[in-house]
Amino acid sequence: MYVAVKGGETAIDNAHRWLADLRRGDRELAPLQTEQVSEQLTLATSRVMAEGAIYDRELAALAIKQARGDLIEAIFLLRAYRTTLPRFGTSLPIDTGAMACVRRISATFKDVPGGQVLGPTFDYTHRLLDFALAADGEVPAALKAEQQNQATTPPSQKPRISDFLDEEGLLQPEPRGSETPPDLTREPVAFPAGRALRLQALTRSDEGFLLGLAYSTQRGYARNHPFVGELRIGLVAVEMAIPELGFSIEIAEIEVSECETVNQFQGSKTQPAQFTRGYGLVFGQAERKAISMALCDRALRWEELGEDNLGAPAQDEEFVIMHGDNIQATGFVEHIKLPHYVDFQSEAELVRRLRRMHADNQDHQQTQGDDS
Amino acid sequence: MSALVREHYNFAYLDEHTKRMIRRALLKGVAIPGYQVPFASREMPMPYGWGTGGVQVSAACMVPEDRVKVIDQGADDTTNAISIRKFFERTAGVTVTERTKEATLIQTRHRIPEQPLSEDQILVYQVPIPEPLRFLEPRETETRKMHALSEYGLMHVKLYEDISQHGEIATSYAYPAEVNGRHVFDPSPIPKFDNPKLDNSPALQLFGAGREQRIYAVPPYTRVRSLDFEDYPFVAARAEHRCALCGSTHTYLDEVIIDDEGGRMFVCSDTDYCNEQQRANAEAERDAG
Repeated sequence: MYVAVKGGETAIDNAHRWLADLRRGDRELAPLQTEQVSEQLTLATSRVMAEGAIYDRELAALAIKQARGDLIEAIFLLRAYRTTLPRFGTSLPIDTGAMACVRRISATFKDVPGGQVLGPTFDYTHRLLDFALAADGEVPAALKAEQQNQATTPPSQKPRISDFLDEEGLLQPEPRGSETPPDLTREPVAFPAGRALRLQALTRSDEGFLLGLAYSTQRGYARNHPFVGELRIGLVAVEMAIPELGFSIEIAEIEVSECETVNQFQGSKTQPAQFTRGYGLVFGQAERKAISMALCDRALRWEELGEDNLGAPAQDEEFVIMHGDNIQATGFVEHIKLPHYVDFQSEAELVRRLRRMHADNQDHQQTQGDDS
Repeated sequence: MSALVREHYNFAYLDEHTKRMIRRALLKGVAIPGYQVPFASREMPMPYGWGTGGVQVSAACMVPEDRVKVIDQGADDTTNAISIRKFFERTAGVTVTERTKEATLIQTRHRIPEQPLSEDQILVYQVPIPEPLRFLEPRETETRKMHALSEYGLMHVKLYEDISQHGEIATSYAYPAEVNGRHVFDPSPIPKFDNPKLDNSPALQLFGAGREQRIYAVPPYTRVRSLDFEDYPFVAARAEHRCALCGSTHTYLDEVIIDDEGGRMFVCSDTDYCNEQQRANAEAERDAG
């Protein structure tokens, strides 16, 4: 019996073997190919890359397969891999203005230069189960713009909506940071963290956590009246400056989702009313996360913009950054299933002792009561 | 498998830059006993909460000649202890041992071995929440200030409130202590029975909190005083029983439910110590017989 409470090496090995067996599932079915995951579960792959903080579709797909579809577990696999990689250098900032957009919408204007591009969105699908998918129905190819015979705007000609507001002075210009931003994964976080580090933490944060926080700001916990100024999704080039060459070269093309919100700002005695921004940028097609991130970013800027601290969770930098990372969160929340019997034993002894003391006191009072 | 792992990873998994960064934090920790040094904790191939801080500290201290022991709840054969021991076997190829006396580096979760440690040993603690004031003040920005100003009044008030409400200090593990007359620190969730062993120990004691990115240390022969009051002195508590296996009356005991009727048995939580005692008992018996 005493032995039964302890785990053995064999038990661990057998557990892993069982896990692998269940992962494979019914042997009558073809094994899942990682290409199928990255091609057909694209958004899951994107999420794993974004929160795993490494842009690699193949590895993300492998992680999803290995994790049996548990995305947080898959994110964890990527993070643990990422941390072992050497760093060769730093890329130049990506230029999302030059993005080859597959989707680009603005909620603040009816029409904009470059056009509203719906792209591959769920937005107007009716959420009816498509039983044809279950029956493996063939899917017609998407229509391309040239096939529709429309005048199209090259990707480079989709100017940012915020620039139009900027020109008019309606939108507060962003303070420019010149120095190299800190690296969350190489330096311990210290508070106040500052916006660069905050954005870094937010883009890696758990989508569900950010979604909940963003929602809370809309429902009145530090409400900041957001409009989606622009949401764009597409490919951007990643360039690196090579000192030996004297110019930069393109090393990769990555898909990102970017959201800029335009938020009301009442102005103050010294400043006229103006719009301010919230910013979200996430790997892959991840607009829910990008919008949530923008709302959270804006809520966290209360101090810089001279707004009141309303005590809302979304305004609290330390709260948001320290609790948004799902790998940290899942580890600590789940670790309570590890053996704690030594601590529990000491608590049990304490509670027994306190109960004895309580009972003794009761008896004592009883006796005194009988005497009087 | 081990050879393959060691081919692809550096000795003890972490790269040398990371080890250097951790060693710097360790040196700072030793220089300021009990002070929580921020360090750039890495993502480890095991979950946060499973001992990532301890593993990083152990890896940064480990040399090929080390004999490594890993315990969880005092036992060498608990699942996570086995898993971490295996990790170092695979990534560092070091000799592992269950004998406290033989070990040069011991990583522990929730216990200090019963066997007194020596100057040649390093004890590495896995720490979940390094901040002793965290449950009184959730903000790191505030607690750092409180440590800087030695402002520990809040902690004393908490202990006082315990006494006024329960008649004694109702903290039975992770019992706060003061190191070197300066910093109040969290000795990790060891039962308070173990607190006296922290004091003036010949071994170097290192504490690693991975998720919280903190390292701290108690250098050898350093005064560690468990917080208490003159009229309510600190008491190291244990279950008032004797170990059912080795008969010890001075060790920390686990309570094990042994049947459906709720029958109980008490046994040493330190499995190596219990085995040693049983061996000694058997020898004594043989000699007597």
